[in-house]
Amino acid sequence: MRVDEKLTIDAFKTDIESHIKINHDICRDKCKIKYCLFICPGHLYTLNEENNEVVVEFAGCLECGTCKIACIEGAIEWIYPRGEYGVQYRYG
Amino acid sequence: MDKIDAVIVGGGLSGLSCAYKLAEKDMQVIVVERGDFPGSKNVTGGRLYLEPIKSIVGDMLDGAPFERKVVRERWSLLGDDNSISIDFTGEKFKQTNHSYTILRAYFDRWLSEKLIEKGVYVIPKYRVDDLLWEGDTIVGVRAGEEEIYANVVIASDGVLSFMAEKAGLKQKMKPKNYAVGIKEVIELSEEKINDRFNVDVNEGCAHLFIGDVTKGMFGGGFLYTNKETVSLGIVVGIKALTEKTPTIETHALMDDFKDRYEIGRLIDGGSLVEYSAHIIPEAGYNGISKLYGNGIIVTGDAAGFALNMGVTVRGMEFAIASGIIAAESVIKAKEAEDYSEKTLACYESKLRETFVLKDLYTCKDISAFLDNDSFFSFYPNSFPDLVEKIMWFGEEPKGRIGKYLWNEMKASGLLSFKRLKELYTFKNV
Ligand SMILES: Cc1cc2nc3c(=O)[nH]c(=O)nc-3n(C[C@H](O)[C@H](O)[C@H](O)COP(=O)(O)OP(=O)(O)OC[C@H]3O[C@@H](n4cnc5c(N)ncnc54)[C@H](O)[C@@H]3O)c2cc1C
Ligand code: SF4
Ligand code: SF4
Repeated sequence: MRVDEKLTIDAFKTDIESHIKINHDICRDKCKIKYCLFICPGHLYTLNEENNEVVVEFAGCLECGTCKIACIEGAIEWIYPRGEYGVQYRYG
Repeated sequence: MDKIDAVIVGGGLSGLSCAYKLAEKDMQVIVVERGDFPGSKNVTGGRLYLEPIKSIVGDMLDGAPFERKVVRERWSLLGDDNSISIDFTGEKFKQTNHSYTILRAYFDRWLSEKLIEKGVYVIPKYRVDDLLWEGDTIVGVRAGEEEIYANVVIASDGVLSFMAEKAGLKQKMKPKNYAVGIKEVIELSEEKINDRFNVDVNEGCAHLFIGDVTKGMFGGGFLYTNKETVSLGIVVGIKALTEKTPTIETHALMDDFKDRYEIGRLIDGGSLVEYSAHIIPEAGYNGISKLYGNGIIVTGDAAGFALNMGVTVRGMEFAIASGIIAAESVIKAKEAEDYSEKTLACYESKLRETFVLKDLYTCKDISAFLDNDSFFSFYPNSFPDLVEKIMWFGEEPKGRIGKYLWNEMKASGLLSFKRLKELYTFKNV
């Protein structure tokens, strides 16, 4: 089963605004390895080849915090979704 | 403004345990939890050891929704294409309440309901956004438009603890100090679980894996049996992942693990009912933040109280115990009518007398010791290979077993100076 299919099994309540913001200048100027593209357990980061920008599909975020820590360049501004929003685990 | 005795940020095991002990002393306490209900944002592997906490929990866990009592322990060393396992069971494990598997969405929710019956306000669906200050003292929290004033704020807000950060108590979060855990909950019938794991009704198995599961990186895999599900997952160091070349997609590690023959048989016919992930503090004693300040105490994962020994993570007993000790400290501060760091320092001194800081201190060198290729690559490959050679009967005559074993061990490097030294230094860990 692909990871995006796994995510469809989870329960999410999606807020309008993303709780993850990326500073694209930092990504472009400082980051060669682009950890976020492979480190996210939800595989939510992708590179938009057209404008060379990293995008994150915040709606599927498992709120693990891995990207926040792995991005040592500090390009990721990460807060918890507002109360009630985000992933809601039913087993935990 | 009216102040309550304590406001607790985070309705995980740590925050709820703290609230329970405060409620026993009729203290006014509010727990604020950002999830739909306590347990809805929490991820664990699944095993809670009860022995370390049994003397302090009182009746808190009476009637708790445990999944299964662990009576069988399995350890597997996974080579690339082979493995060896140890399977242990013992009467002592069956006769005592040593450890249980749990699922947090049931467990934490149950505990919060018990709290509500005791008159504690547990407010779900609210994210605490900020701390409230008066000079250099923290006097409450703000959640959206709401402000709650309290004599003490308890930061039980988990490993990312924004509260400890805002209070200036937290170390900068570095990849080497954290691991990521990925978990799948897989539904299987109760009978299938009993049969496949060779356990009776309500009895369970804890199975840990090391080696190929993390492709030699710091970490391991786990499988815990619940009543009608199994919790299957991996834990791997974030720094190790960032340094791995060629890079590996974290989620693919989980798939490779599931695809192994050893796992496939155990979960065959099961259906995935949840996919989750969460980070884990793994710096142990050296990663602990400052534990208190004027008007604030930090508990559980927020304080860094977890022990990641590669294959096994212990965090829940630490979360529960530190929550309870925080409550005792708040009670002391109330008696002294002083909530400054001078009085709240008793929190840390008390922790030092208990397993919380003692165990963390004892194990303070373990991650440095384990952090090399020996434990996650060399041994997991060498031992199964050695056993494979012993078990294999080919065309040639087999020869004397002792001599054969000796030669093979020498050839594999298991008897090299480096390995023997490693074994020797192990006694210091
Ligand atoms: C994959 C994995 C396997 C593990 N295996 C084991 C194991 O087998 N045994 C073991 O003992 N430990 C294990 N651990 C560790 C254990 O799960 C943790 O140590 C434990 O959950 C910590 O409890 P806590 O109450 O401190 O934090 P958490 O359970 O993280 O609770 C924190 C709570 O605070 C809430 N919160 C955070 N910020 C806010 C805010 N601003 N406003 C309102 N609410 C907020 C969160 O929603 C959450 O409910 C494992 C961990 C992982 C990830
Ligand atoms: S790791 Fe950080 S800096 Fe690098 S591309 Fe991703 S978000 Fe940008
Ligand atoms: S928090 Fe975890 S799941 Fe969410 S985007 Fe970051 S790495 Fe992915």
